[in-house]
Amino acid sequence: MQKLFLAILAVVGLTFHAVASDGYTVGSSVSDFSLKSTKEKTVSLADYKDAKGFIITFTCNHCPYAKAYEDRIIALDKKYAAKGYPVIAINPNDAVQYPEDNFDNMEIRAKEKGFSFPYLYDESQEQAKKFGAIKTPHMYVLQKDGSKLTVKYIGAIDDNWEDAAAVKEKYVEAAVDALLEGKPVAITSTKAIGCGIKWKK
Amino acid sequence: MNYMPLVRKYSLLFAFGCIYLFANAQSGSVILNLAAFENRTLQKNDTLYVVNFWATWCKPCVTELPFFEQTAQAFSQQPVKIILVSQDAKTRAVQVNEFLKKNNYTSEAFILSAGNPNVWIDKIDSNWSGTIPVTLFYKNGMKVYFHEGDYASFDELEKIIHSKL
Repeated sequence: MQKLFLAILAVVGLTFHAVASDGYTVGSSVSDFSLKSTKEKTVSLADYKDAKGFIITFTCNHCPYAKAYEDRIIALDKKYAAKGYPVIAINPNDAVQYPEDNFDNMEIRAKEKGFSFPYLYDESQEQAKKFGAIKTPHMYVLQKDGSKLTVKYIGAIDDNWEDAAAVKEKYVEAAVDALLEGKPVAITSTKAIGCGIKWKK
Repeated sequence: MNYMPLVRKYSLLFAFGCIYLFANAQSGSVILNLAAFENRTLQKNDTLYVVNFWATWCKPCVTELPFFEQTAQAFSQQPVKIILVSQDAKTRAVQVNEFLKKNNYTSEAFILSAGNPNVWIDKIDSNWSGTIPVTLFYKNGMKVYFHEGDYASFDELEKIIHSKL
């Protein structure tokens, strides 16, 4: 019995470890996904034939950081979708613990804020785990080369979540600008600033 | 030069200034920067400073706050000091204070507003992902323990405190 308990403990421990630290790093190849969207039925990265890359944000409805960054994410899509780097927003939170983050509320939020980008529901939390996302918002800038997608930046949007007017460093913009100019990204990773992703229990 | 007429002239203003400051301190949480935070926690004495980062919007944080209040009472005869550091926006100082009052939380509390989180989080602990809750233990001007995540019970927290006293 004790052995069984220890075995269970070990498995739980390993699983937790996998959630906490695995996932894509800068330079990783990203595999495509298909997720339910508030706009179309489902969205895959392969749908974006002309994209040069993507600005992926794991985000949600309820978190104050996600809310504070909402307008800045909308602005990123306005600025970069036409240049080939559209925003793709993914909500990975467990809607059982946080009903504000369920699909119906995602649809309402996307409509209210007039999201110009798809807002996808990662109900199984598989993509958040694959990416190694731990927060909302958690940003990933991907570059496309043929059918290959490579992670070029992971982390925060900028250096001031509380006050958009006081931002000094725009990490995501700097990364995308560098990629558009064919230059290497100077700052490839920062700590994402947000609420912890609400994992299913 | 004789300052007395000036003092007399402005005494009313001075008095109102004091009342204003006092009233403000009553209605909103204090906001500290990183230097002030370090001054408060890195003290050269053998008090164990148990510093919990939380926010009013963070459910696991709010769930474990009573354990910290319980700690303050359980260790009232020992050199243990609870400090609650809110990660609410500094514009929410009044709401933070109201929340603490409503729940009768009496521990020392302030909001930390320290600029770029990608600078200050690492300064507090380079192992910290930045999520809350997080609890840090300081003693004799040094950090002695770092715990990312919540505590399941008061007992769990109490054990750690005993081991660090």
